[in-house]
Amino acid sequence: MHVEGDREVCVGAGMCVLTAPDVFDQDDDGIVKVLHEQPDAGEEDVVRQAATLCPSGAVKLLT
Amino acid sequence: MITYPQQRTCPYHPASGYEELRDGTPLRKIRLVNGQEAWVVSGHDQARALLADPRVSADRTNAGFPMIVPPAVKAVHTSPNRPFIVRDDPEHNRVRRMLISEFTIRRLREMRPDIEQVVHDTIDTMLAAGPPTDLVTAFSLPVPSLVISRLLGVPYADHEFFEKATSDILRGRTPEVSVKATQDLIGYMTALAQDPPPGLIARLKADHVDTGAMTTDDLAFTALLLLGAGHETTASMITLSVITLLEHPEQLAAFRADPGTVPASVEELLRYLTIVESILRVAVDDIAIADVVIKAGEGIVIASSLVNRAADAFDDPDRFDLGREAAHHVAFGYGVHQCLGQNLARAELHLALPALFDRVPGLRLAAPVDELELRPIMTIQGVDALPVTW
Ligand code: HEM
Ligand code: SF4
Repeated sequence: MHVEGDREVCVGAGMCVLTAPDVFDQDDDGIVKVLHEQPDAGEEDVVRQAATLCPSGAVKLLT
Repeated sequence: MITYPQQRTCPYHPASGYEELRDGTPLRKIRLVNGQEAWVVSGHDQARALLADPRVSADRTNAGFPMIVPPAVKAVHTSPNRPFIVRDDPEHNRVRRMLISEFTIRRLREMRPDIEQVVHDTIDTMLAAGPPTDLVTAFSLPVPSLVISRLLGVPYADHEFFEKATSDILRGRTPEVSVKATQDLIGYMTALAQDPPPGLIARLKADHVDTGAMTTDDLAFTALLLLGAGHETTASMITLSVITLLEHPEQLAAFRADPGTVPASVEELLRYLTIVESILRVAVDDIAIADVVIKAGEGIVIASSLVNRAADAFDDPDRFDLGREAAHHVAFGYGVHQCLGQNLARAELHLALPALFDRVPGLRLAAPVDELELRPIMTIQGVDALPVTW
């Protein structure tokens, strides 16, 4: 799995950070920052959840 | 013929008259209480799809907009300086981006000790005054009100004024009362925005007004939105959560026993109580969805309290179950307008509820639930007073 955080469409709600804090962070402006783009197998479920909970469609999964 | 919205008869359940809207049909066109027709959406997938759709607008100046709001809210939301919550991108995004750094998960983590202090000080005062008391004035309202006024840099000494003015606007009692409240609060915020004490308003002024990116009027309306949205909502959530937990003693026992369950429990409370019952929009283009076509110019009402009880999104949705996975609720909305203050609200609820039950172990309602006076339709759902004792 490959994860991207689209910094143009992110609205800074922080749902990704709440759901998968090891994979996502917010930078000083509050915009999504992906900490590692290739999550471990064990992280894939929470990353998928973060993608459905993200309100703006900024969390993108490529498999 | 079914109409929308309808008055709740139980503080934590959607109106019983909505039963017809819960037959699994995800959206239907019905007549609203103000006589307009609009698409009322109760399906979970459809609600999220529409809230995330750029063909769906939050602009209250659109003629087809479903105006089921009190008159003073309408006045603020259609004024030339209306805040970003009722604007579309790119204007909405421009202002929201000025604010999100103030509400990140990291900033909230830094604010936790202060919020905790506010919670404990408020409980100290309540305990010192002794039972019985009104939980709303003794606890639910002062906690978020203190927290948001400190964050913004609004003097808390003025809290009686801004709490009452906010309530008068959101409640829309008589037109005279709400017009005066609106003028008073805008005047107050405009004065404050010119020379703000240290806090978020002063930071916005330095970063955006002094550089010409924002006018003082825009700053005043933004601050007004943050102040109002920042205390009425969270206060209502605290009060209704206390009622609901006290009415479900077994769940309360589990909630108290294990602090690890608090975050998930708060999501279930947000889902179950859905204090912002409706999210209002209008279509600006034809939208084909679930076998119907919403035409450009038609109103859309996301019935969040029903969406949060959709059977295909939540098992046995009318059951209050702190153990369930509820994070996909729409209590904070969805799409680009999803609540900016949601993580502040979460932090307040995570800290306030366990501390209250911990420090006031004998807390109980001093009036039967069915005798509580519920807020009317078109307001943030809840009660204005909650007699409690211990
Ligand atoms: C439990 C408490 C709260 C609930 C249930 C709640 C609910 C909501 C909902 C449903 C929306 C979306 C409105 C729409 O899409 O039209 C919203 C937006 C908003 N809320 Fe909250 N809210 C709460 C607490 C707060 C707090 C503490 C703040 C503090 C600043 C806040 C500030 C805002 C703002 C600024 C917006 C507009 C965001 C935008 O348009 O981009 N809210 N809230
Ligand atoms: S959940 Fe989506 S919108 Fe929110 S911070 Fe993460 S990427 Fe941005």
